[in-house]
Amino acid sequence: MDVPGIDILRRKDFTEKIINSINRLAKEINRPLKFMHVCGTHEHTISKFGLRTLLPKKIEILSGPGCPVCICPAADIDKAIEIGKRDNTILTTFGDMIRVPATNISLAELKAKGADVRIVYGPNDAIKIAKENPDKEVIFFAIGFETTAPLIGYEIQSNPPSNFSVICAHKLIPAALELLMSQSLLNIDGFISPGHVSVIIGLKPYEIFSQGYRIPNVIAGFEPNDVLLSILMLLKQVRDKRFDTLNEYSRVVKPEGNLMAQKIIADVFESVSSPWRGIGRVSEGGLAIKEKYQDFDADEKFNITIEKSQDIPPGCSCHLVMVGKLYPYECSLFRKKCTPLNPIGPCMVSMEGTCSIYYKYHKEEG
Amino acid sequence: MEKEESSKIIRLAHGAGGVLQEELIKFITKDITLKNVNNGIGVEELDDGATIPLKDYDKEIVITADGHTVFPLFFPGGDLGKLSVCGTVNDILMMGAKPLALTSIIIIEEGFNFDTLQKIVHSLNSTATEACVAIIAGDTKVMPRGTLNEIIIATTGIGIKDKKIKIVDNGLKPGDNIIITGSIGDHGTALMANREGLNISTDLESDVSILIEIFNAIKKEIDENLIHAMKDPTRGGMAGALNDWASKSNVSIVIDEEKIPIKKQVSAICDMLGLDSFNIACEGRALMAVDSNQSEIILQKIKKTKLGRDAMIIGEVQKDNPGRVLLKTIVGGTRFIDMPLGEPIPRIC
Ligand code: SF4
Repeated sequence: MDVPGIDILRRKDFTEKIINSINRLAKEINRPLKFMHVCGTHEHTISKFGLRTLLPKKIEILSGPGCPVCICPAADIDKAIEIGKRDNTILTTFGDMIRVPATNISLAELKAKGADVRIVYGPNDAIKIAKENPDKEVIFFAIGFETTAPLIGYEIQSNPPSNFSVICAHKLIPAALELLMSQSLLNIDGFISPGHVSVIIGLKPYEIFSQGYRIPNVIAGFEPNDVLLSILMLLKQVRDKRFDTLNEYSRVVKPEGNLMAQKIIADVFESVSSPWRGIGRVSEGGLAIKEKYQDFDADEKFNITIEKSQDIPPGCSCHLVMVGKLYPYECSLFRKKCTPLNPIGPCMVSMEGTCSIYYKYHKEEG
Repeated sequence: MEKEESSKIIRLAHGAGGVLQEELIKFITKDITLKNVNNGIGVEELDDGATIPLKDYDKEIVITADGHTVFPLFFPGGDLGKLSVCGTVNDILMMGAKPLALTSIIIIEEGFNFDTLQKIVHSLNSTATEACVAIIAGDTKVMPRGTLNEIIIATTGIGIKDKKIKIVDNGLKPGDNIIITGSIGDHGTALMANREGLNISTDLESDVSILIEIFNAIKKEIDENLIHAMKDPTRGGMAGALNDWASKSNVSIVIDEEKIPIKKQVSAICDMLGLDSFNIACEGRALMAVDSNQSEIILQKIKKTKLGRDAMIIGEVQKDNPGRVLLKTIVGGTRFIDMPLGEPIPRIC
């Protein structure tokens, strides 16, 4: 928040300079360009500051699968609901998880029916609740990417109370991106990569895109001028026919990432093939708790299996929205049957979901 | 609502000043038979309050009602007592009326302590006295432990105004300027920052206060109907109030983000919690839609008051995109400001 010099990243005169350069380069390149970001927070910045209305028409910014709440499979939520129904149980999770529709009901509906479902700011709050309620089982429903995994890993390492356990629904970003690229029908001209995930993993995991798939990549921060700068850096690469992974967010992201956090992840979790809502099974796409910590693995503790679940309800196009194949307003249910009050698909719920962001900030036609 | 499960149960969000609350109020009011007196403003208008036009006189009585709970009961800048007077009296002022009296119902949970009650009543009294409002009737109830959280105060406000003054939610006209009398989001943010489990240290205080000084400063313009709408952006915040106006008046409102007064701590805490500061409640601010020829004069009068020092003209009313509120962002882009949905809940970081 109080990073020195952060003001300039929201200053209009600086924005105007960047936009001028973007306009000049776009003219030089003179063809339509598609850039994709893969982060709900980026979409939030882009929409909240109306950045698309500042860009030349030729540049399209697509929204990829970057909302951790949206890509959490319905089966995992169903599992959390089954566990939350038990007596003497407190289910805790992050705020926007509780309204996501699963196969039958959402966690919010479970809560309204009387189950003890609590919103927490992080796993440490859940631990606190576990200590205050030693006679109850306290479960933390852990979702998110590489960003949140170390926090949970750290708590698991630090000898939590025995009535605490974790439903581990963590996902790994690079694996999913690679899957998207390998199926590539998207014709992406460049990636805007998520700053906070990169803080943890560093630059290396992205090199496969720039080198292997020959797609320019820029790791970007979350202020409006961060995002615009990263677009400018992509344009330069396109013009110069370069395919590098560059770091716009160097004030925070180190090339090697956060080694300590990487160590925690490696100690507590193992990467496994994992389903992504709307995308399907991604090899190496998720994390599971290692056997040595299985006492804190809710899967082991409660042994609940979900037989049948439904990720994408009939009529919903979240699976297309999540990979940038469709804009929310191109879905026939958008703003009609599907609204944030009555969300049909997961993308309409989370504050990082593309449909809900479009609902909040965009005109009907986009 | 289309989805059956959601319509069966009342959720917390139904009380948070957003679209859901509107649904709840409509659900209740649809079953009321007599909805107004002498064709005055009634329950259906969902305005700040109601009016009872007095036959054969050029005056009308203004009535508002409000129930108050707050956690914690004492917060930086105020307490439940002050809040329950401000909320109701401000609603009277926002209709252009002079507040006269209050009634107050205090419902208390068994086990509540007399000392705390006294502090709340003292605060209630001193706030009412400040606005020269008498507390003329009341009632108390004590509820068994566990059936209510500590204490609830429900107040009814009574005021009087000239019939010819029309300050209503559907009064906005294209060309009007929008004024806010001070920084947004202080109350809600101060409370959230102080809630248990959120260890944010800040000197931020709630803005809870009576708007009487500002009201008196612009009484002339109110009498001349140069102020077309006034609203205190409580639950639902600025975004809720503006959207309400835009849809009831069938106009669009274009706000300039650069002009919106907002404290650094408020933006910082909201950013941190992933909340939208435009949706956060104020308890001592007024939004006004005013005649554009007079807006500078009105602004200067407001700025001379203690409460209105930071007042700004933040936008204007337009014809296109009726029903919508648009924002020119600080970096120059354009986007919508939507009606808040309800309970602001923090987002994953
Ligand atoms: S608008 Fe609703 S139904 Fe359509 S894709 Fe988005 S979430 Fe699914």
